[in-house]
Amino acid sequence: MLLSGDPPRGRILSAMLATIVAVLAVAPFLFPSTRALAVAERIAILIVLTASYDMLLGYTGIVSFAHTMFFGMGAYGVAIALTRFGAGWGQVVIGALAGMLLAIVVAAIVGLLSLRVRAIFFAMITLAVASFAQILASTMRDWTGGEDGLTFEVPKTLTSAFRLGGGYNGNLVTYYLIFTVAAVLFLFLLRVVNSPMGRVLQAIRENEFRAEALGLRTLWYRTLAGAIAAAAASLAGSLLALQLRYTGPDATLSFSLMVDILLIVVIGGMGTLYGAIVGATIMTMAQYYLQPAMGGLANAFSGVPLMQAVLDPDRWLLWLGLLFIAIVYFFPTGIVGRLRTP
Amino acid sequence: MSEVLLELRGVETRVGRYQILHGVDFAARRGRVTMLLGRNGAGKTTTLRTIMGLWRAGAGSITFAGRRIEALGTPEIARLGIAYVPETMGIFSQLTVRENLLLATGRDGLASDRLDRLFALFPALRERYSVPAGVLSGGQKQMLAIGRAIIEPRSLLVVDEPTKGLAPHVIEVLIEVFRRLKQSETTILLVEQNFRMAVSVGDDVAVMDDGRIVHAGSMADLAADEALQHRLLGLSLAVHQ
Repeated sequence: MLLSGDPPRGRILSAMLATIVAVLAVAPFLFPSTRALAVAERIAILIVLTASYDMLLGYTGIVSFAHTMFFGMGAYGVAIALTRFGAGWGQVVIGALAGMLLAIVVAAIVGLLSLRVRAIFFAMITLAVASFAQILASTMRDWTGGEDGLTFEVPKTLTSAFRLGGGYNGNLVTYYLIFTVAAVLFLFLLRVVNSPMGRVLQAIRENEFRAEALGLRTLWYRTLAGAIAAAAASLAGSLLALQLRYTGPDATLSFSLMVDILLIVVIGGMGTLYGAIVGATIMTMAQYYLQPAMGGLANAFSGVPLMQAVLDPDRWLLWLGLLFIAIVYFFPTGIVGRLRTP
Repeated sequence: MSEVLLELRGVETRVGRYQILHGVDFAARRGRVTMLLGRNGAGKTTTLRTIMGLWRAGAGSITFAGRRIEALGTPEIARLGIAYVPETMGIFSQLTVRENLLLATGRDGLASDRLDRLFALFPALRERYSVPAGVLSGGQKQMLAIGRAIIEPRSLLVVDEPTKGLAPHVIEVLIEVFRRLKQSETTILLVEQNFRMAVSVGDDVAVMDDGRIVHAGSMADLAADEALQHRLLGLSLAVHQ
């Protein structure tokens, strides 16, 4: 029921997913450091962002480069509301809803105007729209803080000044807010892709003309999928704003973030949704821990001249790239695609 | 004489730079099986795709149940009650048999009486109900494609070369299925290269050549006239028995 009749299928995959979710569920108690908590929060946020993108790319076959724009709308919605009207829960809710509403409207407009064109032209249009949003965020300084972005106060309940007892504080509240909202959004997306609508989306991905010949209004369904994905991405952006207490173009609207999302979807497995959980975890762990791990290994092999050079922490991006190539080579349908039984 | 359900008048269709249909005129009557025959490249598939709005008619009219449909979009045409089974079977290989059938209903469940009727026609689909359609055999895929077209009551069934590439025993199954559909007075427009099947199930026939209808009449008359078969289709029923 909770998984909408779509369990992970496959023992290894189920164990992997259960471990990730269980660790995320108790992360503040297992890893009390601020950095570890930030990693867990980022994983939870990226799961929602990537799952919503997978609904577009993996389930509907829509290639969009504007997904981070919707992520940014949610983040800026909360940031602007908190900056302008003070650090209250009402502002958080209003900001998140405003960002989500804007994301839905823009996604619907972009969809209705451009989903009729061929996939490659649609992708180009979304790229242009995303670039425009990035420029807009950088130039509307009064509202967005320009390139510097916005730093703001969050409700006191979410800060370390809010004491919970037992050594815990508002950071724990922030974490469980992010974890709970992310879990609810993921389960909602899982429900959508396993609903009659999800079936139509998969039919559209496979052959749009065949779907139309069955009487399905594909433009409407594609636009609806785009709007739902945009809404989820926007809410993920709002969570990021609460986590970072900062929003800027690089953090939410950058093209490198868009590439990260694409990589996570490919690594995790397109059209599986569960791939978002595996992919986001691998990507975030690699981004945060590969460099220090290489530093440790370089020290361990300090006596071996070539190994020390190869494991130099400054070369972490090279190893990250090789790791991704290996994953794509050995798991062409993504990790979940490979581990999932038909 | 039963009433006309679908009528094409002077339909012209271009695909890219090429004009494929040069004024197609024919009618399909309610409760009958109309065969659309012709050599390869005569324009049969283009005619069906034009009826479904997948390719736009540049000129002429298409009337279905008294309503002009040539300007409507494909989903709207399908929703008027026309089920289309394309030449390539048109199944969704990554969805299960059940999910393929559900797509045609627009609901989250299948009526048990319709499902029983379908399984009576295609018992193989019952056994493979929960497997992805992509793993079905060619014949089973065709059964699914036809099954999906008839799972809901439709006014007209438009089928493009259902026997193409299928084994003889599967063709026999399909012939029997179309006979049964005919008995239930389903209106069918059927493009077919297999002349034996055409004779077995067809009531009326329209023969196409070079994007035009060059003969229209009863299937029985064409089946009985070997010289006419030779002239129109370059074959005779005798060699296809």
